[in-house]
Amino acid sequence: MSHIPTTLFDKVWDAHVVRKIEDGPDVLFIDRHFIHEVTSPVAFLGLQTRGISVMFPERTFATADHNTPTLNQHLPVEDPLSANQLKALEENTAKYGISHWGLNNPKNGIVHVVGPENGITLPGMTIVCGDSHTSTHGAFGAIAFGIGTSEVEMVLSSQCIMQPKPKKMRITINGKLGKGVVPKDVPLFILSQISASGATGYFIEFAGEVFENMSMEGRMTVCNLSIEMGARGGMIAPDETTYNYLKGREKSPKEEAWNQSLAYWQTLKTDAGAVFDAELSFHANEIEPQITYGTNPGLGTGISKNIPLANAVKDGEASYKKSLAYMGFAENEKLIGKQVDYVFLGSCTNGRIEDFRAFATIVKGRKKADNITAWLVPGSHIVEAQIKEEGILDILTEAGFSLRQPGCSACLAMNDDKIPAGKYAVSTSNRNFEGRQGPGARTLLASPLVAAAAAVTGVITDPRDLL
Amino acid sequence: MAYDTFTILKSTAVPLPIENVDTDQIIPARFLKATKREGFGDNLFRDWRYNADNTPKTDFVLNNSIYSGKILVGGKNFGSGSSREHAAWAIYDYGFRCVISSFFADIFKNNALNIGILPVTVSAEFLDKIFKSIEANATAEFEVNLVEQTVSIIATGEKESFVINGYKKHNMINGFDDIDYLQSMKEEIKSFVATTAY
Repeated sequence: MSHIPTTLFDKVWDAHVVRKIEDGPDVLFIDRHFIHEVTSPVAFLGLQTRGISVMFPERTFATADHNTPTLNQHLPVEDPLSANQLKALEENTAKYGISHWGLNNPKNGIVHVVGPENGITLPGMTIVCGDSHTSTHGAFGAIAFGIGTSEVEMVLSSQCIMQPKPKKMRITINGKLGKGVVPKDVPLFILSQISASGATGYFIEFAGEVFENMSMEGRMTVCNLSIEMGARGGMIAPDETTYNYLKGREKSPKEEAWNQSLAYWQTLKTDAGAVFDAELSFHANEIEPQITYGTNPGLGTGISKNIPLANAVKDGEASYKKSLAYMGFAENEKLIGKQVDYVFLGSCTNGRIEDFRAFATIVKGRKKADNITAWLVPGSHIVEAQIKEEGILDILTEAGFSLRQPGCSACLAMNDDKIPAGKYAVSTSNRNFEGRQGPGARTLLASPLVAAAAAVTGVITDPRDLL
Repeated sequence: MAYDTFTILKSTAVPLPIENVDTDQIIPARFLKATKREGFGDNLFRDWRYNADNTPKTDFVLNNSIYSGKILVGGKNFGSGSSREHAAWAIYDYGFRCVISSFFADIFKNNALNIGILPVTVSAEFLDKIFKSIEANATAEFEVNLVEQTVSIIATGEKESFVINGYKKHNMINGFDDIDYLQSMKEEIKSFVATTAY
């Protein structure tokens, strides 16, 4: 046995290498594979063309989420192209015996919400999906990352993909988050410091008191956004919080298997003295509620601050100016008080019950501002049921809001939930790219608290003033 | 499904000197509803290329007929964001076979290699030279030599080496793909499963 101190990432990665190709990638075994309707049809077509099959159908899980409607889900899907993709997923999964939680299935929801909430995602696993926000599952101490459709075909046909091993980065944040600062603010803050390409080529481990004291849902929000830093993924070592979350979930190990798993999970941490290729550290007291002002998630700042000057931004000046022109903002402008038109609460970043609880703390006893159109979209039917059970729906309704049905919705605007051109949306999702939420839409990424504050005041508002 | 082979590509290039070109710009999500991989080239850079009324935006490079070629040259952090392979399909379907940048997002790079587009990473200085030579002459030619792992500006003879792992290089030169390789390993994978925790 070697006594060389090892990182959590190396422990999990090395346990999954089937073959190392000289001067090439590793052949990596994949424990869990999630698929959805948009990035899987061509992979299934590829299997058919090659005359090959699915090697381990029980390791793949399908859900429909990207282009599903968030109203009237009991009716046939109107858009024929979307309906066709949903039908293809249904047929492909039936043909190969793959689990499928389609529209109207009580387990349906956003892939990165339903995986963890049903105990499919477990510590120490390798998990992939044809979706970049697969990094979410890293919250459990899994190596999880997004792949392309060719790789979806590889996983279906061989349960493996070819990956060069990324470098390792550790981001440590100690201290205690202040009032009104929630998990979403942490990765948005990191992004504002290191830019949207600051971790490209790396796999991140998030460490320190801030993450140790965070709930599983908060950790999922953090790891979800690691891809926005350019990282292949991000992970957090499993601990009591992780075990407590997993215990009793539908597909979590039970009884003797639980004890065995627990013994394994307890080994999943970075040893003292293990070496990373890059180390960054921040302190919790540097972080205030965040908001983005530009067209990539790295262009963000503390909500009380003005838009930074061009020379303070890591992106080139041309990109920065293009970004501000698209947003209709000027250098050094104040963000507080700017008018907002839309508020979106949802997505794999912030579509979980804690996000709805946070939103409700601010809207309780207040009213939705007249100029705001609000789309509140739970991440799954299970989240939707929790919102009702906990009385959050009553608070929302009383304040003039209504709830939609689960799906990716306005995060990527593949369905009808598109923000109109030129309108400003405070969004709890993950990307503020040009046109991401609809052609010409202007997105400001923020936490559920900042979204709620905008929803009740109609303008960008510091949530700390309303708590 | 073997794809095109790639050895030496000599071509003019289309310049896109913008940083952080994300895959939502390359192909917006609303065009991802197909169940086949062909045809995405029509909507490549859709919202930069066309107005809301579908008329071409004349100031966008793909609408400027003086620029053409099989090489797309992009700014730093090309292909960031969504993992959609549709972005690589759109670039391929439009007719590009090589993308040059000073920095690629990881998933895009993998996707490109998996469908037979060569992503070439050059230094920021060399990228700048490439942009300047296209600015000086829109029909300037470049040579991307995968065998030698070099990219050259033909007019000036300036040349830079690029990195690619031996496995991927061999695949591209011969038109092999990873799925064929993995199919040949199935027995080894079956034995491996017995050793895994899950």
